Amino acid sequence: MRAKLGPSTIIGMIAILVWCLLPVVWIIMLSFKPEAETAAGSPQFLPKDWSWENYQSVLQDDLFQRALINSFGISLIATVLSVMIATLTAYAVARLEFKGKRVVLSIALAIAMFPVVSLVGPLFDMWRAVGLYDTWLGLIIPYMSFTLPLAIWTLTAFFREIPWEMEQAAQVDGATSWQAFRKVIVPLAAPGVFTAAILTFFFAWNDFVFGISLTSTTNARPVPAALAFFVGPDQFNPPTSTLSAAAVVVTIPIIIIVLIFQRKIVAGLTSGAVKG
Amino acid sequence: MSTGATTATPAAAEKARKGTSDRSRAENRLGLKLVAPAVILMLLVTAYPMLRALYLSLFKYRLSAPDDREFVGLNNYVTVLTDSLWWGDVFNTVVIMVITVAFELVIGFAFAMVMHRVVFARGIIRTSILIPYGIITVVSAFAWQFAFSLNNGFVNGWLPFIGEDFNWFGDKWPAMIAIMVSEIWKTTPFMSLLLLAGLAQVSEDTIEAAKVDGATWWQRLWKVILPNMKAAIMVAVLFRALDAFRIFDNIFVMTRGAQDTESVSFLTYRQIIEQFELGMGSALSVLLFLSVLLIAYLLVKLFKVDLASARGER
Repeated sequence: MRAKLGPSTIIGMIAILVWCLLPVVWIIMLSFKPEAETAAGSPQFLPKDWSWENYQSVLQDDLFQRALINSFGISLIATVLSVMIATLTAYAVARLEFKGKRVVLSIALAIAMFPVVSLVGPLFDMWRAVGLYDTWLGLIIPYMSFTLPLAIWTLTAFFREIPWEMEQAAQVDGATSWQAFRKVIVPLAAPGVFTAAILTFFFAWNDFVFGISLTSTTNARPVPAALAFFVGPDQFNPPTSTLSAAAVVVTIPIIIIVLIFQRKIVAGLTSGAVKG
Repeated sequence: MSTGATTATPAAAEKARKGTSDRSRAENRLGLKLVAPAVILMLLVTAYPMLRALYLSLFKYRLSAPDDREFVGLNNYVTVLTDSLWWGDVFNTVVIMVITVAFELVIGFAFAMVMHRVVFARGIIRTSILIPYGIITVVSAFAWQFAFSLNNGFVNGWLPFIGEDFNWFGDKWPAMIAIMVSEIWKTTPFMSLLLLAGLAQVSEDTIEAAKVDGATWWQRLWKVILPNMKAAIMVAVLFRALDAFRIFDNIFVMTRGAQDTESVSFLTYRQIIEQFELGMGSALSVLLFLSVLLIAYLLVKLFKVDLASARGER
């Protein structure tokens, strides 16, 4: 029986919670320290004086606002397009018999392991030649290519579990093929599509390499790149607590998504990787 | 059933193909049409640029002086491979890869064991384990950089054997430790979820039988549980090792390669984006690609990773 709850399991649970949350709590605490406090040096964990001033200055910062808009826009568009294309692919892989199926899966596997930095040079060169450098589209295209493998795997694993016979059963019962598709297949496939979309969004939201090398201005620079280049007035002492507030702001969407969809995300992450 | 062939045995599929060759040809065409957009997009952004990098790597080509482009053959490769900077960075990258993956495997497995047994508060555990996974790597790098920092970090105060005034970023190995801590913190949860899925494949009955036969906890772990989830462990190690070899974000934020903490990825980026050396940078890109290929090959051959399971095939 695995329902047994020994002391080792409880210690383990506490260890997991501390591991996962300590750095997050730490950066939240930092973000509430007034800038003057961190500039003078404040090695204690909790703020001496709690203050909202960092959040005010970050949210009013024009560069940061633009970066947030860029990140949301680029990640969302890349996610929608990538999941749409991956759905077609996964449907074909899961349901149809055709030559080259293994090749498709092998390409996806190879792309997932590809060292992204080695593309920085040629893409930098190509994008400047065709006018995609420092544009949304210039980031959306690489994000799509690199999220496709994850989306294809996740969706293929989900689609293999769908009892497709039910579609025919509904048609036998008098439903039109459109009705059968909409009422039977779409509700069954939707959770998988949704999970793939979350994982894809995480990937695009997290990207740093393309974000710093294929952009140069606020035109398209996404949040992670903007954070890394955020130096403040004194180049040798980056504003610790302001940066922390910005870091907390960009982490909030992740935490909300995780809180609502944790079960789906775990199912999606583990479905493609292991048989079953 | 129109898709019987996906699950049918080869012999039955053969028979079906003969009987309905028109239909199977149509299915073939539809399949290719459906996968075409994804395949084209994936190759457009990887295969074509990679071939272009291969071409550019044969030139002396600075973006600041594009007209001086000149064919130099394999000279860029000779320059890189005879430079101690390249080998130093390869060494750093391999050290980071081996140490982080080893820690992630052990800690991730411990976490997976705990999650496997937890019956209440599963949602809380699952949510917290996903936060490091979902958090932006740059944010993780900042959080740990501040934690290790001399002026504002709590680490020096909390660790009893470290002096209050110890500067983690003042020397190579302490800085490497800080980088690795951030990397391990962020990616262990992903490892533990992959291992949890593998753990679920091990039958409870086998473990119970070993227990009845008098196997200790340690014996059950090494003789029953681990051998039965070998495939899951190998896939997780392969993915994480290749990911760790590409380490870039943490180094960029925490040290920018100072104190000799540069990785191969960072060197490539620096040559291209900061020094505008597109020819030399392309040679580095090709070498980085070949290194990843070599590591993947070695892992697959040495540890016999079952890639079919990684692709989700049956």
